[in-house]
Amino acid sequence: MRMNNFLLLPIIIPFFFGMILMFGQKNLKYQRTFALLGIGLALVSAIALLIKVKNDGIQKVTFGDWPVPYGITMVSDMVSALLVTTTLLITLFVVWYGFGSITKERERFFYYPGIMFILTGVNGAFTTGDIFNLFVFFEVLLMSSYLLIVLGGEKQQLMGSIKYILINVISSALFVITVAFLYSVVGTLNMADIAVKIGEIDQPGIVTVIAVLFLMVFGLKAAIFPLYFWLPTSYAAAPIPVLTLFGALLTKVGIYAITRTYTLFFVYDLSYTHDLLMALAIATIIAGCIGALAYFDVKLIIIYNIVIAVGVILFGVSQMNETALKGAMFYLIHDMLIKAALFMLIGIVIYITGTSDLRKMGGLMKKYPALGWFYLIAAFGLAGIPPLSGFVGKLLIVQGGFEAGSMWSSIFILASSLLVLLSVIRIFLYAFWGEEKETKGTVDKKVYTTLFVPTVLLVLITVAYGVGTEWLTPFMDDAAKLLNDPSIYIDAVMKED
Amino acid sequence: MKTNDVILQFTAKIVFFIIFFFSIHIFMAGHYTPGGGFVGGLLTSSAIVLLVLAFDLKTVRTVLPFNYTYLTATGLLLALSTAAFPMFLGEPFFTHFFDYFDLPLLGKQSLHTAMLFDGGVYLVVVGVTMTIIQTIGEDE
Repeated sequence: MRMNNFLLLPIIIPFFFGMILMFGQKNLKYQRTFALLGIGLALVSAIALLIKVKNDGIQKVTFGDWPVPYGITMVSDMVSALLVTTTLLITLFVVWYGFGSITKERERFFYYPGIMFILTGVNGAFTTGDIFNLFVFFEVLLMSSYLLIVLGGEKQQLMGSIKYILINVISSALFVITVAFLYSVVGTLNMADIAVKIGEIDQPGIVTVIAVLFLMVFGLKAAIFPLYFWLPTSYAAAPIPVLTLFGALLTKVGIYAITRTYTLFFVYDLSYTHDLLMALAIATIIAGCIGALAYFDVKLIIIYNIVIAVGVILFGVSQMNETALKGAMFYLIHDMLIKAALFMLIGIVIYITGTSDLRKMGGLMKKYPALGWFYLIAAFGLAGIPPLSGFVGKLLIVQGGFEAGSMWSSIFILASSLLVLLSVIRIFLYAFWGEEKETKGTVDKKVYTTLFVPTVLLVLITVAYGVGTEWLTPFMDDAAKLLNDPSIYIDAVMKED
Repeated sequence: MKTNDVILQFTAKIVFFIIFFFSIHIFMAGHYTPGGGFVGGLLTSSAIVLLVLAFDLKTVRTVLPFNYTYLTATGLLLALSTAAFPMFLGEPFFTHFFDYFDLPLLGKQSLHTAMLFDGGVYLVVVGVTMTIIQTIGEDE
């Protein structure tokens, strides 16, 4: 009995709803209801899938009933199931938040189909077990992200999106070239099969070249040093819900792809590939910290914090031991949640004050105490103050770093937390404390509630994520074991039904 | 100045059908030989573009009153449902079925569910290409 199709539901449901949302684009009520319904259904299926993967191990299905290395395989392991679930959870809140924040013109012009298709792409990229198919899903999510970033057509948006599109077209071309290169060496596209063949051919030189090429391709998407230059200006151009979605999801797909390839394929020349990854991760953190402290624009401060987090997660991946990988998984999920929450919070701040410049804000604490405290909780969570969500991940990453003998870099990671804290506390000090300054627009109470409720719920989820570490540990253990030992993944995919 | 394009318009009317039927042929040929939904769709849209060149967008829109966005969505739905319906039979996604049938006039032919998928691709390609061309064409 091959009812394993179940793992496709988190991909197919958003795809299907995206299609039916292309009809009736002027009917707002229909658009909003069906968008929420689609994401909700997909979320339910993703949670069911997560439980199934926990109980029964890795799930897989090969399209068209072809034998394994020949057909396109979709594989849902603990890593991808966790990421898919988090993705859908965040999107649910972002869409809800968008009801108060996105303009009606955008909503009427394929905003919701765009979100549905981006979900298809992101979930597909997390789930696929075929390297070329990974490229296809990258394209699906990129196409939809082009729509979302340019939608609205303001001047700043057009400037940001031209950069965004250009950089992604280049990286996609490089992606295909790299996959072709890899194919010419190993002669297969199935990721498990590639892992086996790379072990067999014993060609460390060329495999390392491919590893570095992949790092470039995915690094452009994940925004590692020195390839992150496009990210701040392009992301800052998008409206807040879109920015939230991009900031929380898109770079993480790049991180996932690096993690997957560097733990599954390129495990034979660790002293070169993983040391390179570590060096770049640290440089990424430094670059991110400089950016996060340099700007007075709240959007840019949080955007540079994405870059820092990318560095921290990849540092965990580069240590290549179970503790650090577990930390990386903890931190990855934490970062998706907390970044979404922070972007939503500063979105509210921008809505109230009518500006994103910190120097023009002040004294919000008097009128909006709840907003202020929730922002503080999220900021502490980001910096990793126990028992909030960032703590465990960072602790395990650093512990893994010590185990792997990377003493100084681990201490550096710890020290960087202080800079992260400083960068986000600056927003708190400037925007919430101090003299009350004159705000521009009037604040509609109803809109404020629509923005505030999903944001608070998401912040509470991050708190629960931090406090409930104990319950999440079994899931993360599975994910880390699987990343640390590629044979688990390979055996699960290559075995006959 | 009004240009005289009687010859262009007259030829376009005939050539449109030649290209259109050829696109159907290419679509069908896609079963075993080069061709299929993608090329077929491109050919069909090129036929429509020829009409647009010979006449203008408004006239063509009255002749072919399709909403191309809906056409794209319909094509996607057709493709997805062809791919997804094996799931209800307990087979993996994208499993295709085929059999041989004796059809009137055509004799013994094989019919595949893959063709329905290809039909979806055809509609998507026509829909997307025409949306792009109309959008650019309208932008004065």
